[in-house]
Amino acid sequence: MALVLNEEQQMLKESAQGFLAEFAPVDELRKQRDAGSETGYGDKLWAQMVNMGWAAILIPEAYGGLDFGNVGMGQIVEQSGRTLTASPLFATAVLGVTAINLAGSEAQKAELLGAIAAGEITTALAVDEKIHHAPAQISMTAVKQNGGYVLSGGKRFVADGSTADKLIVAARTGGEAGDTNGISLFVVDRSAPGIAVERTTMTDTRNYANISFTNVEVTEAALLGAEGEGFKALSGTLDAGNVYLAAEMLGICQESFDRTLQYLKERKQFGVLIGSFQSLQHRTADWWSQVELCKSVVLKALQAMDDGDAMAPVLASVAKAKLCQVTELSTNEAIQMHGGIGMTDEYEIGFFIKRARPAQMMFGDNSYHTDRFALLGGY
Amino acid sequence: MSNLQAFRQETRDWLEQNCPASMRLPTDGDDSCWGGRNFTFASEDQKLWMERMAAKGWTAPDWPTEYGGGGLDKGQHKILKEELAAINARSPLDSFGIWMIGPALLKFGSEALKQQHLPPIVRGEIRWCQGYSEPGAGSDLAGLQSKGEDRGDHFIANGQKVWTSYGDKADWMFCLLRTDTEAKKQMGISLVLFDMETPGVTPKPIKLISGSSPFCETFLDDVRVEKDQVVGEVNHGWTIAKYLLTHEREMIGGMGAAVVGGESLSQHASQVMGLEQGRMNNPMLRAEVATWEIDAVCFGLTAERVTDEVKSGQGVGATSAMLKYYGTELNKRRFETLLKINGSDGMVWDGEAANGGWLPRTWLRTKGNSIEGGTSEVQLNVIAKNILGLG
Repeated sequence: MALVLNEEQQMLKESAQGFLAEFAPVDELRKQRDAGSETGYGDKLWAQMVNMGWAAILIPEAYGGLDFGNVGMGQIVEQSGRTLTASPLFATAVLGVTAINLAGSEAQKAELLGAIAAGEITTALAVDEKIHHAPAQISMTAVKQNGGYVLSGGKRFVADGSTADKLIVAARTGGEAGDTNGISLFVVDRSAPGIAVERTTMTDTRNYANISFTNVEVTEAALLGAEGEGFKALSGTLDAGNVYLAAEMLGICQESFDRTLQYLKERKQFGVLIGSFQSLQHRTADWWSQVELCKSVVLKALQAMDDGDAMAPVLASVAKAKLCQVTELSTNEAIQMHGGIGMTDEYEIGFFIKRARPAQMMFGDNSYHTDRFALLGGY
Repeated sequence: MSNLQAFRQETRDWLEQNCPASMRLPTDGDDSCWGGRNFTFASEDQKLWMERMAAKGWTAPDWPTEYGGGGLDKGQHKILKEELAAINARSPLDSFGIWMIGPALLKFGSEALKQQHLPPIVRGEIRWCQGYSEPGAGSDLAGLQSKGEDRGDHFIANGQKVWTSYGDKADWMFCLLRTDTEAKKQMGISLVLFDMETPGVTPKPIKLISGSSPFCETFLDDVRVEKDQVVGEVNHGWTIAKYLLTHEREMIGGMGAAVVGGESLSQHASQVMGLEQGRMNNPMLRAEVATWEIDAVCFGLTAERVTDEVKSGQGVGATSAMLKYYGTELNKRRFETLLKINGSDGMVWDGEAANGGWLPRTWLRTKGNSIEGGTSEVQLNVIAKNILGLG
């Protein structure tokens, strides 16, 4: 497939750009933060997104979705990186939908996907238990009992974990920490007895949670996919998550770059525009080149998911690793080139670095994905 | 069957019958076919392969048939490349004529110049070299001082060129001369063509740190250049020179994503260093290899995307500076990593076991990648000024 957008994808990109710039600019993030928002996002905004069909983009038509594909959804998420827009789009419409698509039974798909498309429920994916991403290291347990399961353990860094209606939880029904066998996925109501949710406020002021499960009883119907075989679907969901995080970071890189380039053309020192200094020109030109590389790999990784390409997992790690590298560069250069004003809360450029780092860290940073790339490559 | 499908089948059949078996084996890098008056073919097969491809015009597949080219459209050209790759066919002819002066003649040359020069290029009969840089005009190419003095129907050229690729092996030179000394820097430059056997032309090889001498310095002493051998208009050669530089950039930049002998960096590392429990046992070097490969994947995809964007009419077209910059830096990194992988073996300069010192010699040669065809710093200037609008 050619590495370009088709006309429909291009139109979606433009409409997302217009919508987000109008209804969810960076200033909206500031408002949510200053108001101490519980959810970290505007409920009205999410309702608008659902109305436009964004929650349904990855959902098959048979379950009330649009089945528009990952390249299309990627354009929206990329644009949301430019505006730093917080919403359930990632945790629900990407992670929730992908996990259910990959592992769900007909009944689960009909029930859950339909409800997501209609904006009736939101979801969160609970995977990590320690401070670094390590999906095979899961030690939370799910013990079979009375025809159902009892869940015990703790999860951290769960995006939308303090607001989602349904938690998709990875727990161990067999094996031990380090095994990929024996992991099972469950769909659990966040309000179920025995679940304690503690919101953690991070640099990006989105809602994340540490969640503890104390003898949480669920029925067999809560099991998503076959018992003990959840790792494959989990891995596919994480790959998707990483590609979308990369897409969002691509938006962050481009917006940080564009704003900084504009600043270089406005700011004067020593009587001249600072953009006339060669030291800044060379750094900016190198930065631009790196962002061009990012555009290519994100598009390819999105296409690979749509095509069911066997290289999709490798490309997911390539995209995440590269975007982590360049996002770190972009957000740091943005502040440095803005100088003192880049350090102020009043100026928006500093918001980008504060969203970027949690996005880099979630589901594995540069070092994790560089190492995974080597592992998948057999070294 | 569509026309393109039919073309693919015909091409496949023709290649099957006409590409000698030995021309489907990997090259060792030194046995490229360059053609020209003084060229010694490495084998009968090499000669045969060049001549057969040339007869079909497929040494320059997308040039018009009237000048000896293949006359293929984009779709056919792509199919030919794919079919050649599918049988691992070697390039039938490497040529600065095909890559550089040919495209410039097609775009800017007079009909007479096209008729005179293009067919011998396609047939591999005339080998070309480039007379651009001078001792005092490297990055600042427009500062060149070699003069062409107007003598009515001809110029008399005097000066010195440097970094002339294979100047001692070439038959003709395309050369930048200052033909108006009064005009402003970029004005007053002409692109001229002359035979290297013209009296007064003296190429002398320059020995590089890599031990080889792919470049010459070329002295011009009262060299007669006919006026009908000026490409485009007199004193307006700079535009063509810049067009050619873009071609050169693309050519050099494209090398970045290549792999050593069809083997990836990690495969090479695994083979040389071995694996312990499935991993390279030096974690720092493993990370270096993986980081390089990730960058190489991203760069390869970018070259692909840029091509696809141009095809679909979305391209910005000014990305050759970026590809040149990033591709050459990537290639330099690749060889630094290869050197580390091969440890003390990696620096052995001579001897059969070390493949004649291939690695250290090639490693040193890559240092020139980010200098020739415009340094990395010049490429960054081009990006900053032309693409980003920083003054």
